[in-house]
Amino acid sequence: MSFVEYGDTIKDGDTAIVFLGHESMFPVKVQHGTVTQTKYGVIRHSTDLIGKKYGSRVTCSKGGWVFILHPTPELWTMNLPHRTQILYSTDISIITMMLELKPGSIVCESGTGSGSLSHALIRTVAPTGHLYTVEFHQQRAEKAREEFREHGVEHLVTVTNQDVCKNGFGVSNIADAVFLDIPSPWEAIGHAKSALKAEGGRICSFSPCIEQVQRTCLAMEEYGFTEINTLEILLRVYNVRTISLQIPDLGKAAEDNSSTGFDSSSPSNQGSLCANLQQGTVQFKSGVPLREMVGHTGYLTFATKS
Amino acid sequence: AMEGGEGARVREGDVAVLKRGEVYKAVPVLRRRKIIFEKQWFYLDNAIGHIYGTTFEVTNGGNLQPKQEVEETTTETKEAGTDNRNIVDDGKSQKLTHDDIKALKDKGIKGQEIVQQLIENSTTFRDKTEFAQDKYIKKKKKKYEAVITIVKPSTRILSTMYYAREPGKINHLRYDTLAQMLTLGNIHAGSKIIVMETCAGLVLGAVMERMGGYGSIIQMYSGGGPVRAATSCFGFPKLFFDNLHEFPLSKVDSLLSRTFSTETLPSDFEDNTLVEEESNGLTGEKQTSLQETEEEPTTEAAMEINQTEEQETVDINADDVEFKENKEKENKESVREKQIKQLERRRKLIEAASLLREKNADGLIVASKFHPTPLLLSLLEFVAPSRPFVVYCQYKEPLLECYTKLRERGGVINLKLSETWLRNYQVLPDRSHPKLIMSGGGGYLLSGITVVLDKGKSDSSNLEALKMEEPSAKRCKVQDLHC
Repeated sequence: MSFVEYGDTIKDGDTAIVFLGHESMFPVKVQHGTVTQTKYGVIRHSTDLIGKKYGSRVTCSKGGWVFILHPTPELWTMNLPHRTQILYSTDISIITMMLELKPGSIVCESGTGSGSLSHALIRTVAPTGHLYTVEFHQQRAEKAREEFREHGVEHLVTVTNQDVCKNGFGVSNIADAVFLDIPSPWEAIGHAKSALKAEGGRICSFSPCIEQVQRTCLAMEEYGFTEINTLEILLRVYNVRTISLQIPDLGKAAEDNSSTGFDSSSPSNQGSLCANLQQGTVQFKSGVPLREMVGHTGYLTFATKS
Repeated sequence: AMEGGEGARVREGDVAVLKRGEVYKAVPVLRRRKIIFEKQWFYLDNAIGHIYGTTFEVTNGGNLQPKQEVEETTTETKEAGTDNRNIVDDGKSQKLTHDDIKALKDKGIKGQEIVQQLIENSTTFRDKTEFAQDKYIKKKKKKYEAVITIVKPSTRILSTMYYAREPGKINHLRYDTLAQMLTLGNIHAGSKIIVMETCAGLVLGAVMERMGGYGSIIQMYSGGGPVRAATSCFGFPKLFFDNLHEFPLSKVDSLLSRTFSTETLPSDFEDNTLVEEESNGLTGEKQTSLQETEEEPTTEAAMEINQTEEQETVDINADDVEFKENKEKENKESVREKQIKQLERRRKLIEAASLLREKNADGLIVASKFHPTPLLLSLLEFVAPSRPFVVYCQYKEPLLECYTKLRERGGVINLKLSETWLRNYQVLPDRSHPKLIMSGGGGYLLSGITVVLDKGKSDSSNLEALKMEEPSAKRCKVQDLHC
């Protein structure tokens, strides 16, 4: 396995995702002789994982079972150890498309942070592209390097430990795209411009606050970027539910109930309140929005160097 | 790797995208071909050889001239009011009449100068606030300054263009939704992806761009052949098509039930050939149109899609002539040549069938006008375990059913029904706010991951899976009733 190439079977040294159930999973480094504890019991890597097919159901020691999944940048994003606030797949998707990334693209990124976006970028630009990522926090830079090695993508990425606002990306005139997720992106716009290819490229800056966006837009204009565009993307997730709504009793005679024009509830609707009330109900499937949703991650400002 | 770089210049025969403000239009780059875009006409001849991204001015006679960077001349009026308490709309603030403006335009005066004249002849301009002056200038510039940027097609540009111009042709798939699909589907180089779309080939193109010519794609199609009008706008190198396969949806059942074989396979096509050979006239025409949709909905079809109003008449006539010529050519083609074509198509069909039969695809992308449930239930059979799939639907309800049916079938986890909202912002000093208008809807996605389908225990595991993934169903019902 690697994050840029699918494999069929689980091998020693792989990073796999243990899927326990609804939104409950964690990554595991597969190693001979190692065991992993889950709430369903122990998983023995040598016998339960190595050699098995990705996507298999693995029975744990207590009889419960989990699925073992092939890693993807998206699963990694949901499970990686946070060293910073991270970007999630919804923002990552639009960033990737709006930066026009594809195999062969050269991308500059700062900061590396926890590597959530980095993994997605590497996946997209492989096998011929490259990611130059700059992280001013030494420990984080080191940790990111280690992860890229473990995930079999180190040949596609260069991690540099320096301050992008002061020292830039360490490359010039080679990037097709630049991404900034730093507190003061306006200080790095000049460096971004010189990292981009002479014939042009795309830039994106992610900022949670509108004041940051304003300064960034001004800097982009100053440096001659065009097509400056700020947007925000929000993910709405729906739970699929079967809902029963009671038909109100308006005092009609009981025998008239059949003529209300509704499909009366099926007898399978036991256990819910409706059954106790000896009333007709209407059942339907609904996509119910979550009670709470992420209302804001950050503004994404895109622009073109031409 | 083979695109972009130093070679990113406009070449004859390219499909280029014209951009004015936020409006895009894809056009073929051909010499002496009149283009009408945003109420202006011009020729692209002068654009050939320039780098993509160059901005041009339209001059007299429809020529394009690279725009020189000019310093803003309009800032000389530093005078501005503080509010609009004394500005009255008497309809007489502009001293230039319509005829005056027309005369200026007819004289071939540059748009920039017309805007300057409009400002000078506006009695209220100096009383307007600085912001209102800015807005006035922007509005006039948009109207009178004829600048066009020629950009290289990409998923970003084409999906934005299609959503704005022809949303019906792509089932209202908004570009941010398409972006989600590519990410949720983990589309990347080296994969083997099944694509079922009726989005004019836009989704296929987006997948091809992300795969960069590495790996393989099997496009499922209904009817006579896959539509690839939008795909052809991307200008992919030939190499990208080497591992692009197609397979008719109508043969999926037989493939799954193993009744699809080399013997039964070519029936449709062989029948066609037979009939055609018997009476070369009528059916010959049918065959032509069939092949048109299958192989060559390239430039003509693509352009037709992106053309509107006035232009259409011009181009359709041109296409008509071409079409007739083609038809005559086809008719003259020898039977032998046709047989070769049939054999070639048969070979490709067998190839696609054997790729599907391996049942090890790395992903499934569905975005069509059809009900998603039957598509998913069948096409998922061809996907390997632990691989993502994504289904787009313009409406939420079919995806609710699809969700339920997939749960019953088993072999899928992490099912998620979602939608994205997109909000654009105006960012200007002291005038930042969300844009007035946002898109009402860009469709819905159902995504998930395949797992090994444990047929023996499927019933009990399904129950558990349901418990696992619909945790608070009961509580929710109670809440609903209380409301």
